[in-house]
Amino acid sequence: MCLAIPAKIIKINKNIAEVESYGVKKEIDISLTPDAKKGNFVIVHAGFAIQIIDKKDAATIQNYWKEYLGEKQH
Amino acid sequence: MKSNIKELVEYLNNNKPDHKINIMEVCGTHTMAISRYGLRQLIPESINLISGPGCPVCVTPAGDIDSIIEIAGKYEVSIFTFGDILRVPGSKSSLYNERSEGKDINICYSPADALDFAKNNPERKVIFIAIGFETTIPLTSVIIKRAYREKINNFYIYNTHKLIPEALELLLLDKEVEIDAFLCPGHVSAIIGSKPYNFIAEDYHIPCVISGFEPIDILESIATIIRQINKDISEVDIQYKRVVKEEGNPTAVKLIYEVFDKSDSVWRGLGNIPGSGLKLKKKFLKFDAKTYFPVKRFKSREPAGCECGDVLKGIKKPAECRLFSKICKPENPVGPCMVSSEGSCAAYYKYEKLKV
Amino acid sequence: MTISKNKKIIKIINNKKFKDKIIQLSHGDGGIKTGELINNLLLKYFGNEILNKLEDSAVLNCSGKRIAYTTDSFVVNPIFFPGGDIGKLSICGTINDLVTTGCTPVAMSLSFILEEGFPVPDFEKILYSIKNTTSDAKLKIVTGDTKVVEKGSADKIFINTSGIGFLGNNIDISPCKIEVGDKIMINGGIAEHGTAILSSRKEFNFKTSLVSDCAPLSSLVNDMLSASKKIHALRDATRGGLASILFELARASETNINIYEDKIPVKKEVRGICEFLGLDPLYIANEGKMVVFVDRKDADKVLQAMKKNKYGKDSRIIGEVTKKGEGLIILITELGTKRILDLQYSEQLPRIC
Repeated sequence: MCLAIPAKIIKINKNIAEVESYGVKKEIDISLTPDAKKGNFVIVHAGFAIQIIDKKDAATIQNYWKEYLGEKQH
Repeated sequence: MKSNIKELVEYLNNNKPDHKINIMEVCGTHTMAISRYGLRQLIPESINLISGPGCPVCVTPAGDIDSIIEIAGKYEVSIFTFGDILRVPGSKSSLYNERSEGKDINICYSPADALDFAKNNPERKVIFIAIGFETTIPLTSVIIKRAYREKINNFYIYNTHKLIPEALELLLLDKEVEIDAFLCPGHVSAIIGSKPYNFIAEDYHIPCVISGFEPIDILESIATIIRQINKDISEVDIQYKRVVKEEGNPTAVKLIYEVFDKSDSVWRGLGNIPGSGLKLKKKFLKFDAKTYFPVKRFKSREPAGCECGDVLKGIKKPAECRLFSKICKPENPVGPCMVSSEGSCAAYYKYEKLKV
Repeated sequence: MTISKNKKIIKIINNKKFKDKIIQLSHGDGGIKTGELINNLLLKYFGNEILNKLEDSAVLNCSGKRIAYTTDSFVVNPIFFPGGDIGKLSICGTINDLVTTGCTPVAMSLSFILEEGFPVPDFEKILYSIKNTTSDAKLKIVTGDTKVVEKGSADKIFINTSGIGFLGNNIDISPCKIEVGDKIMINGGIAEHGTAILSSRKEFNFKTSLVSDCAPLSSLVNDMLSASKKIHALRDATRGGLASILFELARASETNINIYEDKIPVKKEVRGICEFLGLDPLYIANEGKMVVFVDRKDADKVLQAMKKNKYGKDSRIIGEVTKKGEGLIILITELGTKRILDLQYSEQLPRIC
């Protein structure tokens, strides 16, 4: 019920931010995360950021995923 | 708890409960992820994952679909909706079929797109179907406030939003339902935080773990649940720490209740759940499609033989429904659990119907 | 001269009545509903032993010479998209259907249905694109037709084509030739065409460098056939995606197959669009991808031949045929768990759930 993906904020213009995820850029609304800054990772649902991602915690999950599967090249 | 998948699977197998335990996952996205990654193949059989009513499309009553179709037929309106709801069957038809017959029904990725369309096309009356749980409700709140501020008076919402914690309480009160733990929805919790689930752990002594959506998140959450059960404790734990804070997103919650008040709401398969819905505050009633496009009210009728109610409560597994796969299939869904791509039956049909 | 035995083709839908009262978009998207339309309606009216095989091209025997013959229609929207346009698409799509028989494409027909008001400069851009693609593929357009309809009766431009090719006597490629043990390969990343189109749609407002993989694969197939005489089946994955093609071939050959999820090439940005919109790349359209079933003894040398071709640099082995069966496709996930890959019910819709 809640498809949302992590994306990095590249640019901010008032309540609209340009974010990037997997190399795809899109403008989204950041009214719900007024403290978000350029460089933050946010979780994006239906064109809105709903929360700022804690980078420290995000990194640990990704490392263990990589460890289990080995480095993936795409 | 930091770990990797192999270790987690080993941990679960070494610490599996000696009797069957039911963990209800309350989120359609969790249902999909569990099936998509085949996680049931990794965990011991005594850990039984059951799907709950966490799919907003699945719990939208047929009567709402019928009303929306009636509005599209009776009035000159442009309907905007998320893709999920297009194929939900009403009593006679679906929005997808109505679109094929020429009704002005459009898919949007974001509610902001529907509002932009209304702003750029002032001569059209635009209705956005506002569906979803607490993850999505703040988005509707933002656009309603924007519509109010910018006087976009040709914009309306057909409100079918519902709230999760109230539904969980109903399940706990139902004697037929046997739940030993909840895997709580990650993104709803990003908004509401962990406190709304405290009553489950404190009053019902049932562990709750708020989980992310990667396989490692889900396995880690199940491991945390098992640890709690084995130690006979019940707490609300946030596994999805990178996104969910204890206080949630206060800005988003404040916005919800600036625009909406709580109300009762009918959930398909579960019936009326008091306080589990929302209604627009008086100030914003001018955006209410149900008020400005009145149509005759349809009483929700479930199709004969449909066991979605039992599936949504976790009493029956999809394969245990008499209609599953024989009459009720994705191409001909009888009930809501088969319709949505994240309904328990649809996920089960797609990923697990044949024992591999 | 060997001709494939007329093995029984397992239909996706078995002898049922066509129940729908109106045509819907899902009837044209390559999923189950398309199968229903073809099997339960079209074939009832004019099925025959050749047409009933439902292959991308028909193989006809004309006084001892074997000719491959195909037809296709192109209605893509938008007509100009990253990496191509409807003109390029129409040539590539026709060529790719022909070469699934192993033939050498020889000539094409080209028909236009134009909407009144369609700008001539746009039309010329498309004609130029067609000229370039036919030159690249060394193919001639030998006959054609043009119609113009009132504004609103067509969406700018529709193109219909047919193509013919000559088949050598010793070539026999069809799903009936698939054998247990065959390796399954693809010449590169999936879902690029579909996601390039989606990403260019104004309503989604994405910024990507994604381009359609639209390409004529005659030289690729030629290189593969030069490397091995044991290529059993070829199919170009178009609408409905890789999953739909695997489903068709597994059913048609009455075999079960294993596919390895982590071996399927998917470009990062394709994944990005799919993640944003909640779509599964396995079911999204391609326009320059050939799925190959080859005897396992020749798999490596065919793979090397593919990689040397400009349209095959990212070729991979993605699976194998495991046994005779009812056409089950078992996807082995990145975790080593298994799930069944089924035919998509109808076109995927972006979702929030």
